[in-house]
Amino acid sequence: MGAHGHDHGHHEESFISKYVFSQDHKMISKQFLITAIFMGVIAVMLSIFFRLQLGWPGEKFALLNTFLGDKWAPDGILDKNAYLAMVTIHGTIMVFFVLTGGLSGTFANLLIPLQIGARDMASGFLNMLSYWFFLFSSIIMVASLFVEGGAASGGWTVYPPLSALPQAMPGSGTGMTLWLISMVLFVVSSLLGGLNYIVTIINLRTKGMKMTRMPLTMWAILVTAILGVLSFPVLVSCVVLLVMDRTMGTAFYLSDIFIQGEALDVTGGSPILFQHLFWFLGHPEVYIVLLPALGISSEVIATNSRKPIFGYKAMVGSILAIGFLSFIVWGHHMYVTGMNPFIGSVFVFTTLLIAIPSAVKAFNYITTLWKGNIKFTPAMMFSVGLVSTFVTGGLTGIILADSALDVNVHDTYFVVAHFHIVMGMSAIFGMLAGVYHWFPKMFGKMLNSKLGYAHFWLTMICGFGVFFPMHFVGIAGAPRRYYDYSEFEYLNAVLDLNPMISIFAIIGGSAQILFLINFFHSIFYGQAATQNPWNSNTLEWTTPVKHIHGNWPGALPEVHRWAYDYSNPEHEEDFVPQIVPLKAGEHSH
Amino acid sequence: MNLIIVLLVVLAIIAIAQLTKVYDLSRTLRNSREEEITPADNRLNANAWVIWMYVFFASTLYLYGKYGDYLPESASEHGVSVDRLMSINIWMITIVFFIVNYLLFTFAKKYQYNPGRKAKFFTHDNRLEMLWTLIPGVSMAFIIVYGLITWNNITGPASADAMQIELYSKQFDWTARYPGDNKVFGAADFNLIGTTNGLGIVTKEGIQSKMEELDTEMENVKAAIELVKKENGNLIQHRQHSNSILSNMLNGLMPNFFPSEGSATVDYVAALEDELYRLQRHKQRILDLSENELNGLSQWEAGNDDRIVKGEFHIPVGQEVEFVFRSQDVIHSAYMPHFRAQMNTVPGMPTRFKMKPTITTAEMRKKMGNDKFDYILLCNKVCGAAHFNMKMTVIVDTPEDYAVWLAQQKTFGGSKEAPSDSTGVETPKADTLTMAANH
Repeated sequence: MGAHGHDHGHHEESFISKYVFSQDHKMISKQFLITAIFMGVIAVMLSIFFRLQLGWPGEKFALLNTFLGDKWAPDGILDKNAYLAMVTIHGTIMVFFVLTGGLSGTFANLLIPLQIGARDMASGFLNMLSYWFFLFSSIIMVASLFVEGGAASGGWTVYPPLSALPQAMPGSGTGMTLWLISMVLFVVSSLLGGLNYIVTIINLRTKGMKMTRMPLTMWAILVTAILGVLSFPVLVSCVVLLVMDRTMGTAFYLSDIFIQGEALDVTGGSPILFQHLFWFLGHPEVYIVLLPALGISSEVIATNSRKPIFGYKAMVGSILAIGFLSFIVWGHHMYVTGMNPFIGSVFVFTTLLIAIPSAVKAFNYITTLWKGNIKFTPAMMFSVGLVSTFVTGGLTGIILADSALDVNVHDTYFVVAHFHIVMGMSAIFGMLAGVYHWFPKMFGKMLNSKLGYAHFWLTMICGFGVFFPMHFVGIAGAPRRYYDYSEFEYLNAVLDLNPMISIFAIIGGSAQILFLINFFHSIFYGQAATQNPWNSNTLEWTTPVKHIHGNWPGALPEVHRWAYDYSNPEHEEDFVPQIVPLKAGEHSH
Repeated sequence: MNLIIVLLVVLAIIAIAQLTKVYDLSRTLRNSREEEITPADNRLNANAWVIWMYVFFASTLYLYGKYGDYLPESASEHGVSVDRLMSINIWMITIVFFIVNYLLFTFAKKYQYNPGRKAKFFTHDNRLEMLWTLIPGVSMAFIIVYGLITWNNITGPASADAMQIELYSKQFDWTARYPGDNKVFGAADFNLIGTTNGLGIVTKEGIQSKMEELDTEMENVKAAIELVKKENGNLIQHRQHSNSILSNMLNGLMPNFFPSEGSATVDYVAALEDELYRLQRHKQRILDLSENELNGLSQWEAGNDDRIVKGEFHIPVGQEVEFVFRSQDVIHSAYMPHFRAQMNTVPGMPTRFKMKPTITTAEMRKKMGNDKFDYILLCNKVCGAAHFNMKMTVIVDTPEDYAVWLAQQKTFGGSKEAPSDSTGVETPKADTLTMAANH
C-alpha cells in the first residue's frame, strides 16, 4: 500500500485530468469551494438589489437599471416580479449551492481522507461526478435568471399551486422548469457525494483511527451525509410529482383551482402534501447546513484555545441527537396550514427537544474557551462569532417552535431574522472559519490575517446589523416577501429600520470583497505555508504542503490518540498530534 | 454618476490589492509569519470582543426600548393569552441571550493567549454536562406545557353560538361571505365560478345557466372544428399525439423546442379538440355535484341569502367568530396581526380559525389616538406579483352597528349583477372563434 501511494506521488498528470476532470479529493474540494464562492457572490448581489427596493421603496437607482436593464429595473426601480425572482434565487442559491454544496462539498472532500488517514475518497469517480452535477446544476440555476418570464419566483420553498401553474405568475413558467431541473441535478450531486462520504468514513479509516478518536468535523460530516442520503431522495419525489403536475396533467398537489378565467381539470390533490414532502427534506436540510459548520468550529475552537474540546462524547451525542430529531420536526413549518392541531402539538414537542442538544453544544463551546489560551486567528474569530450567532438565532427558534406563538409570527420578518442568524450567519461563519483555517492545506499558501480581521468584524457587525432588527419588524407583523410596505400604516413605527438594515446589507456585502481579494491574491502571492501552521493535532497537518495524489508519501500514518490532546499536562508541548504514540502509562482518551 | 460609482469601486479594489502587496513586502522584510498572531493583534481582537459585546447589548436594549411595544394590545380574546405566552418566552430567551453572550465574549477576552501559561486540560465533567442538559430540559418542559395549553385553547372547536364568516382568497384580493338569515352557507364549487358568481356558489339556476353556457361553447368549438376540416379536406387527421404523455412533457419542458410536424392547421385543430375535451370535462364535473342538506336546508338553496362583501368586512365585538377560509387559485394566508390570528387558505381544502374580538375599531382608535387606525387582513403567503397589496379592512363594530351594516349588504340571490368582480372570464375562446371564422 505504501509503495502504491508513493507511485501516485510521482504520477505526472495532464492539465485536464489535474484541474478539470480531477478525481483527487483535494482538487475537487477546491472546485466546490470556488464554484460556491461564485454562487455566493451572485446571491449576495441579488440580496443587495432587493434590499435597495426594501430600504427605499420606489426610489430610482440608476445603478440598478445599469445592472439589470429595462426589463427588471425600469427607471431604476426594481420590478415586482424581478423582486420575487431575486428573493427566490437568493434563498435557493444560499441554502443549496453555497451552504449545502459549497460547505459540505468543500470540507467533506478536503477533510475526510486527510483527517481519517485515507489515500482518497472511496470512489474518486463518483466524487468527480458529484462535482460536475453540482456545476451543471449551478449553471442552470443562474441561467434561469435570464429566461423569458424570469426565474422561479414563488420563494425558495416553491409551494404549489403557485409554482405548478405557469399562469399564476411569470416566474412559474420556464424559470420554474429550470429550477426543477437544476434541483434534480443538485440532488444527484448531493447523493453521489453523500454516499461517498459515508462509505469513506466508515471503511477507510487508518490504523488506530477508531470512531471515538475521530475529530468532531468527521462526526459532523458523517451525520450530515446520512441526513442528506435519507432526506434528499424525498425532495426528488417531491420535485418529480411537481414536474408531473406541471407537464403531464396530473393533480398530486392541485385541486379545485380556478385561475385566469378557467376552472382547471384538477381534483383530489393536496398542496399540503407538497409541503410535507418538501419539509421532510427541508428541515434536515437546516442541519445539513449547520452541522458541518459546527464541526468545523469545534475543531477551530479546540485548536486555537489550545484546549481539548469540552465534553467530546456529549458533542458527538448531541450531533447524533440533533440528526435524529431533525427528521421528526418538519411539521413546525406548517402550523398554520390547517394541519390537525393535535399533530401540531406533537411537532411542538419534538421541535423544542432540539433545544436540549443545541444548548449542550453551546455550553460546551463556551467551557472550551474557559481557562483556554486563546489565539485569535481569523478562523477563531469566525468560530467564536458562530457560537454567538448559533445561540442568538437558536433562542428565537423557541418562539417559532411554539405553535401558539407561531400563529402570529409565521412568515413574518421574525422568521427571516431567526433563520438568517441561526442558519445563514452560523453556517457562513463556519464555512469562512474553515476557509481561513484550512487555506494553507488547500493552497499551500497563507491568507492575510489583517484582511481576515477586517473581513470578520465588518461581516459580524453588518450581519447582526441586518438581521437583529428584523426581529422587531417581524413581531410588528410585517410579512416577508413583500415588495413594498409603505401602504401599511400599522407598520410605520418599525419601517424606519428598513433603510438602516439595507445600509448594513450593502456594507456587509461589500466587505466580502476584502475576502475575495485576500482569497484570490493569496492563492498566487500568499506567504508559503508551513506544514502545521496552527500547531494542530489532526492528521491533515502531517501531509506535505505540496499536494500529492494519495496524500501521504510512503505509509499511511497510524493513530494513537484522540484529536484533542491540547495542553495535555503529561506533555511538554501544548499539542500532541494524533500520530504520536502514547507514553508508557499514558491514559488514552 | 454610474460611471463614477463603478470607477470608485474599481479603484477601491485596486487600492486594497496594492495595500495588500505593500503589506506582503513589509512582512517579508520583517520576517514575520502570517500564522503567528502578534500579541498586539491578539490583544486588539480580545478587547474588540468586549467592546462588541457592549455595543451589541446596548443596541439590543435600544431596540427593545424603541420597538419592543410592537403592536397595540391584542384585539381578540385568545390574543391576550398569546401575548402573555410571548412575553414569558421573550423574557426567558432574553435572559439566556445576555448570559450566554456575556460568558462567550468575556471568556474570549479573559483567556486570550499568554505564552507563559498553559491552558487547563479539562476534557469533560459529567456533573456540569448533566446540569446543562437538565436546565434546558426543564425549561423546555415548562414552555411545551404552557405553549400547548394555549395552543389547545386557540385551536379547540368553536362554541355552539359562534357565528361563521367565510373568507375567500384569490390573486389578489379577499372576499367575505356571511351565511345570511338561514345561518347556512350555500354550497360552493370552483366549477361554477363566473363573472356573476365570483365564489362559485351553487344554486340550481346557477348550474342550469353554467351548463347552457358550456353547451354553447362546445357547439361553437365543434362548429369551428368542422369548418376547418371541411376547408382542408381529409388532409387533417386527428393529432395522434394530442394526449401523449411524452409530447406533453417535452412541450411543457421546452415549449416550441419540438415543433409538431405538419401545418399550423393541424395544431389548430388539436387545440380546438383539447378545448372541447376540457369543456366536456367541465360539464361532467358539474354533473357530478351532489346536493346536500344542512339543518334541513338544501345547500343548493341556502346560498341565495348569503351576503358577499369586498374591501372591508365587519364583525361584532364580543361575539365568537369562526372563519372558514377558501382559496380560488393558489395558497394564500389570512393574517390579522392585531387579533394574533393567521391561517393559510388552501385551494381544495377549507381551513378554519376562531376568535372573539374584544375591542371595537372605534375604541382602538381612541386608545391609539389615531383616527385613521384600522384593523387589517392581509395575505401572508407569497402568491404572485401583487402579493404585497392583497388586503382587506376589518371593522369591529358594536352588535347594533354590526346589525345595521349587515342588513345593508346585498344578498347573492338578490344581486346577481353585483358585486363587480375582476375575475372576468377572459378565455381565449372569443379569439379562437374569430380566428376560426376568418380561417
